[in-house]
Amino acid sequence: MDQFFRMQDIGAIVPELELAVFGMFLLIFDLMVKTKRRLGYIALGGLAISGVFLYQLRNVEYIAYGGSLVLDPLAMFFKVIFLIAAALSIAISLRYLDIERENHGEYYALILFATMGMMFMAGAVDLVTLYIGLETMAIATYVLVGFLRSNQRSNEASMKYFLLGAFSSGILLYGMSLLYGIAGSTRFDDIAAALDQRLLGNPTDPISLMAMITLSAGIFFKIAAVPFHQWTPDAYEGAPTSITAYMSVAVKAASFAMMVRVFMIAIYPLRPQWVTILAAVSILTMTIGNIAAITQSNVKRLLAYSSISHAGYILIGLIAGNDTGLTAVGLYLLIYTFTNIGTWAVIVALRRKDVIGEHIDDMAGLYYKHPTAAVLMLIFLLSLAGIPPTAGFIGKYYLFAAAIETGHNTLAVVAVLNAVISVYFYLRIVVSMFMRDATEKTGLTFAPGLTMALGIAFIFTMWIGIYPDPFIALARRAIPLGF
Amino acid sequence: MDFFRQHILTIVAFLPVAGMLVLLFFNKENKTLIRVWANAVMIIGFLISLPLWFWFDRETSDQMQFVEKVPWIQTLGAEYHVGIDGISLLLVLLTTLLGPLAVLSSWDAIENRVKEYYAFMLMLQAGMLGVFVSLDFFLFYVFWEVMLVPMYFLIGVWGGPRKLYAAIKFFLYTLFGSVLLLLGILALYFAFPGIAADHPEIAMQFGTERTFDVLAFHAIAPYLMPDFQWWIFLAFFVGFAIKVPMFPFHTWLPDAHVEAPTAGSVILAGVLLKMGTYGFLRFSLPILPEATKAFVPMMIALSIIGIIYGALVAMMQPDMKKLVAYSSVSHMGFVMLGMFALNPNGLNGSIIQQINHGISTGALFLIVGMIYERRHTREISQFGGISNVMPVFAIVFLIMTMSSIGLPLLNGFIGEFTIVMGALEENLWWAVAAGAGIVLGAAYMLWLYQRTMLGKVENPANEKLLDMNMREIVTIVPLIIMAFWIGLYPAPFFEVLRKPVDKIVAKVRPDFFQGQPRLNAERVGEPR
Repeated sequence: MDQFFRMQDIGAIVPELELAVFGMFLLIFDLMVKTKRRLGYIALGGLAISGVFLYQLRNVEYIAYGGSLVLDPLAMFFKVIFLIAAALSIAISLRYLDIERENHGEYYALILFATMGMMFMAGAVDLVTLYIGLETMAIATYVLVGFLRSNQRSNEASMKYFLLGAFSSGILLYGMSLLYGIAGSTRFDDIAAALDQRLLGNPTDPISLMAMITLSAGIFFKIAAVPFHQWTPDAYEGAPTSITAYMSVAVKAASFAMMVRVFMIAIYPLRPQWVTILAAVSILTMTIGNIAAITQSNVKRLLAYSSISHAGYILIGLIAGNDTGLTAVGLYLLIYTFTNIGTWAVIVALRRKDVIGEHIDDMAGLYYKHPTAAVLMLIFLLSLAGIPPTAGFIGKYYLFAAAIETGHNTLAVVAVLNAVISVYFYLRIVVSMFMRDATEKTGLTFAPGLTMALGIAFIFTMWIGIYPDPFIALARRAIPLGF
Repeated sequence: MDFFRQHILTIVAFLPVAGMLVLLFFNKENKTLIRVWANAVMIIGFLISLPLWFWFDRETSDQMQFVEKVPWIQTLGAEYHVGIDGISLLLVLLTTLLGPLAVLSSWDAIENRVKEYYAFMLMLQAGMLGVFVSLDFFLFYVFWEVMLVPMYFLIGVWGGPRKLYAAIKFFLYTLFGSVLLLLGILALYFAFPGIAADHPEIAMQFGTERTFDVLAFHAIAPYLMPDFQWWIFLAFFVGFAIKVPMFPFHTWLPDAHVEAPTAGSVILAGVLLKMGTYGFLRFSLPILPEATKAFVPMMIALSIIGIIYGALVAMMQPDMKKLVAYSSVSHMGFVMLGMFALNPNGLNGSIIQQINHGISTGALFLIVGMIYERRHTREISQFGGISNVMPVFAIVFLIMTMSSIGLPLLNGFIGEFTIVMGALEENLWWAVAAGAGIVLGAAYMLWLYQRTMLGKVENPANEKLLDMNMREIVTIVPLIIMAFWIGLYPAPFFEVLRKPVDKIVAKVRPDFFQGQPRLNAERVGEPR
């Protein structure tokens, strides 16, 4: 364990390495290939191979690199989510980038790099490893957000996202350095042990609290929790829609993976303190996200606020902090990945040659022109709202159950009332699609990749909704032992 | 046949879904085929539900019958568990009866987006049947919510001028209630293992794992702490009272009714509202007996306010459909009053009155729909003397008016009379209030009839109205037959209700059948 590097450690990170190698190859291929869409297929291939490697590691539990990276079911579960999210995002990008006339090879390479960073985040049990994974993801994402070079909104979004992201990383680092100061180690279990000791002497140790607060603030930025959510609508609106989709599921999932490890291991001794903070943040995030979403008429902004509120729901799982709650976090993120990518896929399809397709009116009468797409969108929206028999209901059910089980009754009531509010704005989209007449602007562009992504999202949204057993089992297996 | 008998509830509940899936493959231009198919599915659905009535074992009508139990989400302990007792039997049959009639009534009324319309109707039917047959709380909740979506679309797409407002109001209002209901269910779900562990007889039957089995919750009822029951009762109350709807949660109802297409109103009034009362009967009363007793004053007060207020508001409505909608509020107040009298007469009357309300209000909405199709207005002031031009229609309307106001020989009388008797056993004033409600009910219904049907035709637009055609007569005749059947010979209905009702009363008031001499030794319609 003390030995920092052993040869077999490499085996533990093969899926990540493979992605990095593929990403670099893509950059080289970019110079040779004229049809950039092919690079997308190569990237998909890279993700698939990474998935195969991951599959071979499925039963391995291993601590690599002297205890800074682990291979456990939790990491595995989240890595699968990242791969799925990345693959579906690439699938919906292929045609979209052509329309935006920004189809470049770097795009796919950056997605692979970001995914790689996330995979390290999911496995990190050391502050330094965690931070490097986080920054790899973040920097790739900053670039992707600003990928529409000629588009002012995209540039602005990228800049905002970068500045706030860098700022939040700074705060996060500040917290990390305090923790290092307390523990003299960057490993999560050492930090937990040191905090335990420290709190034994002084339960309200100011330095520990300071470390927790700054660390939490940094993480709240990443998951877009109120009051650190302001960047989200702008970044989501300005980014290329396919990247918005990617961010809203993968970046969010990665941040939660990090959060689970940090909160449930490293600063677990401070749990009584952080539960209070998380509960307040969760309530604010759900409520403000939902209320702000009501007035949006830009679908991208609307879904941005909705994704803020979803982060608020997921926090409930951590607040509950028991078996049910942590299962709920994983399960919800998995469900959210499929459902949300499905939703964004429809928004991506709205973008056509001369139509921006972001206003809620652009979906007017969609049902008349593309009945199947409209019905799929309906199902995804119902899933986001948590209406059975869609997957979203199972996710919400699990979170509410966790809250009730651990006696957080007020939180549960606020959460369910928020679920009701959210139905209002999801139904606004439904009204537009089904109950208004089609305009000239209404219409969708389809491409094979997009159709496939829609299909996969639909199948899983319904499957998890009707027969969730296998997925619950997966999510439950992912909970690290000892909670 | 054996297969059919073992799975009859599943087949009855899911036949409409199967029909809907087939329907999706039809060409949307071929409207006749779609109509014929949807009607056929509904009628077959009714026919295959009839064996329930004949095979139902009256000796054990308080036990769940036709039970099917299959594991579903094992990690949660949710099962596909269906079964019916006497109470759900009647409601299932009411649903399978009203479904085809509602669909048949839409033949001419729905001209655009026919395919989607019938698809949603079939989906709705399946959802409602699922609610009445579920014995697993999780399954129940899934059906309970699933049904919101088709109803939302029925109002929102095929509704009147303010359809969007009405549809979203309906959806949000009912969802608001249901999510609190869900929290109540969860609290019970987590309470069960602890109680089962302490009581071997429960553990023997239901195990000590977490479960959503409604019967298991019935079993732990005596061991739930009173204040715990209170909270759950309140959560359930919001969920169910909104659906009923009880005053002051009724405001979604007039909007939804007025804007919904005729068939939507029929289903809404006939079946959807019963889901709320059914919820009280199946869950609140037997699972939370202590809280039920504690909340009786509040429930009775709200019921009486509902009866009087609904009737008074109905009286002042210029719009026929809105009048019938508010009359629903009043009638459902009766149902709740009878239920919370918490004695056999009250409960029997309450359930019979639910069926009656489905029949007569369903019919009244059909009647209003018929006149609306002819004149495209529902303003009472636009009509007058219609009986001269539409004699058959006038007779049908008269019968249903009488049924609604509780004239003897018709169904309404039996329900109201039994409820008043039940109320009288408990408190004179409850009965007086109920009596006042009956009088007011007679007033607004007869006044409506007088203003629209009697006198001379004064509005030239009404001179050439066609009388009911064959299809319309077919839609309404089954309801007339039912109205007379229940009015003249209700014994078969009371027969299936007696035992389940006694069981509920015994749960809520264990001392009821022991001490305390009863005012009425014999109950109406009970077989001697």
